[in-house]
Amino acid sequence: MSSNTEATPYCEDVVKKFVLAATFWGVVGFLAGDFIAWQLAFPVLNLDLEWTTFGRLRPVHTSAVIFAFGGNILFSTSLYVVQRTSRASLFGGSGLGNVIFWNFQALIVVAALTYVLGFSQGQEYAEPEWWIDLWLTVIWVLYLIAFAGTIMKRKEPHIYVANWFFFSMILTVAMLHLGNNLAVPAALFGGDFMKSYNIFGGVQNAMTQWWYGHNAVGFFLTAGFLGIMYYFVPKRAERPVYSYRLSIVHFWALIFLYIWAGPHHLHYTALPDWAQTLGMTFSIMLWMPSWGGMINGLMTLSGAWDKLRTDPVMRFLVSSVAFYGMSTFEGPMMSIKAVNSLSHYTDWTVGHVHSGALGWVAFVSFGALYYLVPKLWGRKELYSLKLVGVHFWVATVGIVLYITAMWISGIMQGLMWRAYDNLGFLQYSFIETVEAMHPYYVIRAMGGLLFVLGALVMVYNFYKTIKGDVADEVMQPSTAGAR
Amino acid sequence: MSVFKHHAKLETNVFFLAVGILLSVIVGGLVEVVPLFTIESTIEKVEGVRPYSPLEQAGRDIYVREGCYNCHSQMIRPFKDEIERYGHYSLAAESKYDHPFQWASKRTGPDLARVGGKYTNDWHVRHMINPRDVVPESVMPGYPHLMRPLNYAGIAGNLTALKVVGVPYTDAQIMNAKKDLEEQAMSDSPDAAVLKSYPKAKMGDVDGNPKVVTEMDALVAYLQVLGTMVDFTTVKPEKIYR
Amino acid sequence: MLETLVNEVLRPLWGLWLMVLFLGIVFWAYRPKNKDRFESYGDIPLRDDEDKER
Repeated sequence: MSSNTEATPYCEDVVKKFVLAATFWGVVGFLAGDFIAWQLAFPVLNLDLEWTTFGRLRPVHTSAVIFAFGGNILFSTSLYVVQRTSRASLFGGSGLGNVIFWNFQALIVVAALTYVLGFSQGQEYAEPEWWIDLWLTVIWVLYLIAFAGTIMKRKEPHIYVANWFFFSMILTVAMLHLGNNLAVPAALFGGDFMKSYNIFGGVQNAMTQWWYGHNAVGFFLTAGFLGIMYYFVPKRAERPVYSYRLSIVHFWALIFLYIWAGPHHLHYTALPDWAQTLGMTFSIMLWMPSWGGMINGLMTLSGAWDKLRTDPVMRFLVSSVAFYGMSTFEGPMMSIKAVNSLSHYTDWTVGHVHSGALGWVAFVSFGALYYLVPKLWGRKELYSLKLVGVHFWVATVGIVLYITAMWISGIMQGLMWRAYDNLGFLQYSFIETVEAMHPYYVIRAMGGLLFVLGALVMVYNFYKTIKGDVADEVMQPSTAGAR
Repeated sequence: MSVFKHHAKLETNVFFLAVGILLSVIVGGLVEVVPLFTIESTIEKVEGVRPYSPLEQAGRDIYVREGCYNCHSQMIRPFKDEIERYGHYSLAAESKYDHPFQWASKRTGPDLARVGGKYTNDWHVRHMINPRDVVPESVMPGYPHLMRPLNYAGIAGNLTALKVVGVPYTDAQIMNAKKDLEEQAMSDSPDAAVLKSYPKAKMGDVDGNPKVVTEMDALVAYLQVLGTMVDFTTVKPEKIYR
Repeated sequence: MLETLVNEVLRPLWGLWLMVLFLGIVFWAYRPKNKDRFESYGDIPLRDDEDKER
């Protein structure tokens, strides 16, 4: 079997590297997140050092999980899927692939170092300074060439829908990255070398930032990962996607509607009302294609629901789609201005992001990784499916702790901010609302810890799988994934 | 009929697929972003809003560097409770010289859009060095490292870059950037030249170390001007806005 | 000229234009003529293993 895998024309050594990098950065990013979660509960953990304050470490966490973990997942899966569904080997071969890989890993390390050392553009999820942005642009163009080039030399006449999603992610992220990082380096005029100023200021900068920020979620963390869903769910379930025609409608509706939704991050701000209303309207409409996609993913299992019981990898994939459905319902709801007036600026937003990030993005990534590792290293199956089940439950409990804690603390803090006593005065000082958050911050950090532990179980499983070990365990005979 | 033949091209030709994707994703951006630059009502003209003084801008760069936006907003929404807690709701004009904007999206700590003048310089310094000295329940990190000297060798260049992106610094203001910065941090004369260029700038040393311009001096000068430029006893936003 | 077109025709009816576009895509995707062709594309991922019997 393994000899057959080696005989394929596909270029997989680069995919392997991206898989390992994604696993590594995943653990790093989760750890960074959990550490800053503990900082909010126990501020002494900021250590009174400039490099370890929450303000500098939070961008390390967000960039590590979104761009380092998510990015490496997208590189590995998209380059794997595009070769397979095109029946063609990677354009540019492992030469181009390695250039992309090593540059991207180096960029991650350099970006993280600059944050810690205090260089930042000061815009969420777009913190790297101007010269790192230029470097990323070059990497991204090479990625586009490798991906589109592989599609162009394909033997399959039709471009499979997963590639549409990956492709839209690549193109749109390029547009967003360039649009949001238009900045003038101060060094050109004898200013500080590492400093740049965005060409947009104030309200215009707010609009471009959230046009970028929301669509980083929409295209990087949604469209790209839907590409993963459209390949790996059918593959692991060994049946075609529920409705290919629905996937076409899903695709065009999703990418068209998503791009408008950014202003819901700016409700009741100084952004003109018409833009807020537009953002709210499209955010609510976005619910429909999102659930279209969810139904398509879930129903792929129709007639094979028993796999949920027998195959823990399938459980990760299907649960991720269920979490996707949940957060894409919560999101449109929170974009309604009346709801947003309560939720904005609170932990509710943080909880919402994490139900999407942990439940959807990370779970579908784990599912894809668990599928890929034995496949890429030519093993019949993972070292232990039982450990996959352990990972699943530990991580799920972690997510539930996380998001329920954030729901309670977010809604509570929002209500406390607007509470009046019977004399007509604001009932709580700000610091009283901070104090009230403490127990929920501890619970959230515990949930995060469980999520990290789950990921470590996965790392162990991968190590043993790659080494070639097979656990001596009694499992129900699983057909899923076996070839 | 021919339309549907073109669709077949869309799904088999990566170039047409790219065009379809780009058209889909560009429309929304154009409709939402472009009018903000053309419609005059986006940013009303409000008396009092001025570019930051060199010391304030240096402080703002520190605010950005430390990632204060991760926990503090600078955008008061027009709700009764927010107005009572923080002050008049924020106007677009008040952040028009902010590159980047720092409205932020989370209030782990309170909004800072109008923190200027609310606390004494001394309070800010103690709070920055160890927040729990003045607010025992605070979860904010300490910033003792801000007591080091400010590096302002590049301040004129930084202001020039800001001028390029649209902040109306005059040539004289850029030429005097260093002098203005030092004067604001060290002198508390009400006749200081820097006050003519930048009305309402908060003068004087804040951290008990008048010989050296520290990062603390810059950051506190910035915090103390936040939200104070517009005089709401004379400016009536309802009249110029909406 | 362009501004009048945008302001008086395109803007007020934007919901209608988008709905027409959307229905066009749905019609295209769900046309009975296209059904078998499209649904067969769903098999693409299941046929990609060299080591799998076809």
